[in-house]
Amino acid sequence: MLCDVCGKNQATVHLTEIVDDQMTELHLCEECARQKSEQMEQQFGLSDLLAGMAEFTKPVQDKEMVSVKCKKCGLTFTDFKKIGRLGCSECYNAFRKYLAPLLKRIHGSSVHMGKKPLTIGGIAPKEDKESDLSLLRQRLQKAVEAEEFEEAASLRDQIRQLEKQQQAAPPAPDEGKKE
Amino acid sequence: MKLNDLMNHTSEWLKGTGPNSDIVISSRIRLARNLDKYPFPHWAKKEQSQEVNLTIEEAKAKVDFLKNTTTFQLAGMDAVDKQFFVERHLMSYEHAQRQDSKAVIIDDEEIISIMVNEEDHMRIQVMQSGFNIFEAWNIINRIDDALSQQLSYAFSSEWGYLTCCPTNTGTGMRGSVMLHLPALVMTRHINRVLAAIAKLSFTTRGLYGEGTQASGNFFQISNQVSLGHSEEEIIDNINGLIRQIIEQEQQARESLVHQNRAMLEDRVNRSFGILKSAYIISSQETVELMSMLRLGSDLGMIKNIGRRTVNELFIVTQPAHLQKLENRKLTQQERDVRRASLIRERLKI
Repeated sequence: MLCDVCGKNQATVHLTEIVDDQMTELHLCEECARQKSEQMEQQFGLSDLLAGMAEFTKPVQDKEMVSVKCKKCGLTFTDFKKIGRLGCSECYNAFRKYLAPLLKRIHGSSVHMGKKPLTIGGIAPKEDKESDLSLLRQRLQKAVEAEEFEEAASLRDQIRQLEKQQQAAPPAPDEGKKE
Repeated sequence: MKLNDLMNHTSEWLKGTGPNSDIVISSRIRLARNLDKYPFPHWAKKEQSQEVNLTIEEAKAKVDFLKNTTTFQLAGMDAVDKQFFVERHLMSYEHAQRQDSKAVIIDDEEIISIMVNEEDHMRIQVMQSGFNIFEAWNIINRIDDALSQQLSYAFSSEWGYLTCCPTNTGTGMRGSVMLHLPALVMTRHINRVLAAIAKLSFTTRGLYGEGTQASGNFFQISNQVSLGHSEEEIIDNINGLIRQIIEQEQQARESLVHQNRAMLEDRVNRSFGILKSAYIISSQETVELMSMLRLGSDLGMIKNIGRRTVNELFIVTQPAHLQKLENRKLTQQERDVRRASLIRERLKI
């Protein structure tokens, strides 16, 4: 991704901010980020800064992205871009292609490593990292075939992280416990 | 429990006990949780929000840890009463604004609070006095486990707990520690410390959380990242960071005592003097002077005024608390007079 300001160098500084339900993104190269940092320090939010450089923020051009809609709650991706909030948990599936890179930018990762609910839909979830892995590998192959490289890169990272996790912690003896 | 009972009760986080309570006011963890069946609160229809409210209330009744809690429905609640909860950190300022099917569940000790239909269906919060973030996690983890057996959470094995805003996705967890850092401010090291915090993807806020400025040398520090690390890892990181800030504040206090004792005694005692004798005082001035009084008490320069008295004064001098105390609406001028008299009364030695 190229810098939003100079358009020449690789963007290495990614900023996402939600202010008053408006989501803004800015991608800068190190050089431009340094130049802007003085300005930024004086601002509480990014929005003022962004308002002043509106011509640099990318207009949404992806037609598919504009029209994609969550079937369950009716929220469109354009709605999400505007209000910075999702409509329901199903939106995560509907917009996964666009959310995966966004989550990665916000959190530096797009794989959950934390706890799980004791029951999901009234059923205790199974601890099964092996099947998670094979599922991810299948998805990776599909993503590569479809030339969705951003998605593929994120899946590759997830697989690496899971593999690392497995090596670090061999399966506990009580894994797959009775339900 | 009735709302008015809280008036004579000291919230757990204000007790001024717990580890490092000279520098750390409170430790808090909140978890964002949603029900998979319903749209998120801002996108839900009125009837759906009412159902969510009811479903959570029913689930709550089945959880042992939540036996001694009371649910307050915000619909029809007086604005001063809502502000009263905000001042006690039992709910957010945001939550007090729109009131459709919103509720807040509070336990008798004011350790646990659950906001229903805030940005997410549930915002579970546990507060502890002092530097006690692990204990807060132990409590909230058990409550969350118990609730997850009663409710069908929105969860994906890949992205974790699915929240309304993608900044909370994953663990849905935010750990916050409220610090009093007067010496770092006085020695002008605070900006360096805050810059370092920001670099480590932590955020700094004021006394009342999101959107508030730091005042009276109080800073609330929380994690920004909620996906890609386990809850324990995130807490470990906060813990390590806060430990370092505490050390820096301790060093700054020591160097002030050794190199600038007269200046320090002067500021502390002038502040004490104004608080003891003022007849009109704003809440902003109160927070600033009380910060100095707290420092003086921590350093043994002010005798007979304990940390708990100071902590309590912070809260009871807030606008809604003053009005609850008087049992009527007060104009700002009336509040400034009432506040001053309350402080004079409580600081009498």
